[in-house]
Amino acid sequence: MSSEIKKTDLLVVGGGAAGLSAAAEAAAYGASVIVLDSDLHLGGQLVKQTHKFFGSKDEHAGTRGFKIADILMQEIEDNKANIKLFTNTTAVGYYKNDSMVTVMHGEDEYYKIQPKKMIMATGAQEKMLPFPNNDLPGVCGAGAVQTLMNVYGVIPGKRVLMIGAGNIGLIVSYQLMQAGVDVAAVAEFLPNVGGYWVHAAKIRRLGVPILLRHTIKAALGTDYVESAVVQDVDTGECENIECDIICMAVGLTPTNEILWQAGCDMRYVPQLCGHVPLRDPKLRTSNPDVWVAGDAAGIEEASSAMVEGRIAGLAAAESLGLNINKDKFDVYHARLDDLRRAGEKIRCGLAQVMIDDWRDQ
Amino acid sequence: MLQLIKEHPILRFSQGKLVKFSFDGKDMEGFEDEPIAMALHANGVRTYRITPAMKRPRGFFCAIGKCSSCFMVVDGVPNVRTCVMPLKEGMKVETQTGKGSIPMDAEG
Repeated sequence: MSSEIKKTDLLVVGGGAAGLSAAAEAAAYGASVIVLDSDLHLGGQLVKQTHKFFGSKDEHAGTRGFKIADILMQEIEDNKANIKLFTNTTAVGYYKNDSMVTVMHGEDEYYKIQPKKMIMATGAQEKMLPFPNNDLPGVCGAGAVQTLMNVYGVIPGKRVLMIGAGNIGLIVSYQLMQAGVDVAAVAEFLPNVGGYWVHAAKIRRLGVPILLRHTIKAALGTDYVESAVVQDVDTGECENIECDIICMAVGLTPTNEILWQAGCDMRYVPQLCGHVPLRDPKLRTSNPDVWVAGDAAGIEEASSAMVEGRIAGLAAAESLGLNINKDKFDVYHARLDDLRRAGEKIRCGLAQVMIDDWRDQ
Repeated sequence: MLQLIKEHPILRFSQGKLVKFSFDGKDMEGFEDEPIAMALHANGVRTYRITPAMKRPRGFFCAIGKCSSCFMVVDGVPNVRTCVMPLKEGMKVETQTGKGSIPMDAEG
């Protein structure tokens, strides 16, 4: 452990869509900001997305995900006098009494950061299904497959079985085909496709079957996946699908360890896909020095994560006593309302964790 | 021969310098500062460790340093998260069997 303590106005944990937006926003008003990311690169999930985003023009609709990451990085660069970026660096502990955060760089270098304020933009991690041999090499997360092929240009395998027809399952199936990999099928337990129709249409046009009301019963193989047993959950009928990768796209759950450590009042909200902190409209949690933004606040998508990052960054700058443009809150809240207009599930989830004003508590 | 994507309709990959490393004594090549796990996958390696109790093979799974599936012995140090550990020239990467043991000459 190094005895050095890095001091900063604002510590942003997570350098993805929400974290970079938060850092850029706060730094533009003069806050000194440190951004940590456990990965080797910044941009989070944005850098793996080859498709053009929907949503609104303000959040770069019509632009491919990895290009949006470039735009955010340029904004960070424009404010670089106020922002320090640390990759391959994980926040591993929060000590509330002296607001100290311990971080780990790589595998064996530890040091401390003492921020005045913190924004937790830790994103999400993938869920898993229980089935025999689900630990066999070749069974992997959809995000992992994306990283392998879209960040590092490595061919993941020869033939992939995708589990889950939500947006991630559909998008990654299409991305696999862009990378020249055969997709055997997409199996989806629900009776309907969960993701956007346009993503489903793209892979159906390329001849990939979407097997609704089907799930994985087992992975087969000795040292590595050789095939999968897929079962029709209504008839019980099984079929063996040859594949060397079983890609799990069965949902995400907020990454919330550091929020628990910070003592934030947490709730389990199924619509937000896990335990999330209570927050006020400016995204402040029950810990007055801690804000939350992006998937860590509830699984949604990158456009709303970027707006939430803006709100949290603006609010943190405000509480640091900086002279912010308060009208921006209304602008950002209007954008969020727009993005969530069709998101009944999200709105229902958020209603369970939104506090009007912490002073009333 | 590294298994890399040669043509992509959208993405261009700017891989860095090729460096040599060893995996279980075999010479391999990978790109400097990319995660060890990616280099191994490109070299066709699928088993990264053998579990302590059930002796089951484990490999690439989450790629974000969270799941512990890709723990390996790197330059003698066990339990290294190879999916977030940058590859360097001359690294000695080994399949981890069991929990691994901490090298006795380790500092700190």
